[in-house]
Amino acid sequence: MIDKLYPNAAAALEGLRDGATVLISGFGDAGVPFALCLAVLETGARDLTVVANNAGFAGKGVAALIDAGRVARIICSFPRSEPDSPFVRQYKAGRIALELVPQGTLGERMRAAGAGIAGFYTRVSAGTRLAEGKEMREIDGHQHVLERPLRGDFALVRAEKADRWGNLVFRKAARNFGPVMATAADITVVEVAECVENGALDPEAVVTPSVYVDRIVVTGPGGPR
Amino acid sequence: MSKGFTRDQLAARIARDIPDGWYVNLGIGLPTLIANHLPPDREIVLHSENGILGMGPKPGDNAADLDLINAGKQPITLLPGGAFFHHADSFAMIRGGHLDLVVLGAFEVSAGGDLANWTVDDNSMPPGVGGAMDLAVGAKHVWIMMEHVTKKGEPRLVESCRYPLTAARAVHRIYTDLAVLDVGADGFVVRDMAPGMSLGELEAKTGAPLRRAA
Repeated sequence: MIDKLYPNAAAALEGLRDGATVLISGFGDAGVPFALCLAVLETGARDLTVVANNAGFAGKGVAALIDAGRVARIICSFPRSEPDSPFVRQYKAGRIALELVPQGTLGERMRAAGAGIAGFYTRVSAGTRLAEGKEMREIDGHQHVLERPLRGDFALVRAEKADRWGNLVFRKAARNFGPVMATAADITVVEVAECVENGALDPEAVVTPSVYVDRIVVTGPGGPR
Repeated sequence: MSKGFTRDQLAARIARDIPDGWYVNLGIGLPTLIANHLPPDREIVLHSENGILGMGPKPGDNAADLDLINAGKQPITLLPGGAFFHHADSFAMIRGGHLDLVVLGAFEVSAGGDLANWTVDDNSMPPGVGGAMDLAVGAKHVWIMMEHVTKKGEPRLVESCRYPLTAARAVHRIYTDLAVLDVGADGFVVRDMAPGMSLGELEAKTGAPLRRAA
């Protein structure tokens, strides 16, 4: 019998090691798996590579991991949302590496990883500093950049509801990176407000099918914001 | 009193130029003002890159929902007919040319339509790019809303950009406090000027040659 439900966030992170690449969902505060981020702190794992759109806000989520010195490298599109954030401090001190990726390319690189695509050509960033060092190719008269897939050891995703098999529905704009990241990691851990019986989710409304989900933790509505 | 459109006048002018039925992304910063001036007799569908089509105005007091925010992380509402989707879909929509228009802010635009709007190489802060490069490359029309000159009075419309590029040959039209210009095959073409502006005055504040629209 399939049982993906874990008793708590710490248990659901079993196997998270130093040096792991961790995909963390969220845009602003919406869709951030705050309970799982706190649990990552408790594992003591270090030298993490974090993939997220932002570098966290108000000292929570990704910002808490950076503040604790656990993140060696962040791959994101917009790290500097606050002038004096943990990321900005660590960056200025040379203690965190930044790989800046255009927002759509960030999502598409994870989509490629989850879909078995070894790379894709895009016009985005062609002729800019962010394309430096990357393979270029002219296609249909336009310069394109070769982008490679981006895969995680773990994906930490916030969703609204799961069923016992791990089918997921999301809430409003909190969906953001969750469905893409869920496809792109060896182990996908989902934090949800509620876990329901199979059959209780409308199959037509399922956003992430259960095959992508490995572990489920119920943290209640809204999570610890 | 200085010549030129106020920010709200400029936003209203841009809003008037957006056709009924267009799907539009308004960039963070100045362009968000345009949403306040969309003509009520037109249906213009606003896209937000975090996964929303049909974005409505900000909610009333105490009605904010932390899961319903725009790309600037501000609380918004969803109009009837609106939809949510994930990030890869949102940017497929952008890159795939499905949005009719994006209006972005800019530091500089070149006479060839190059756009610089993501970093000024200020070493005091780490860089951030967000969706600027994706939007500039993907939308069918790329319009810019910006001040015509810098705070020091230097031209922002230039022969070639000094700041790092967001996208090459991407911009179609520029709305500034002083004029409306198209990027033509041979450089900037003046469509319209603020009341009282002369072409000579505009040329003095622009770093590349100007032509009048035929």
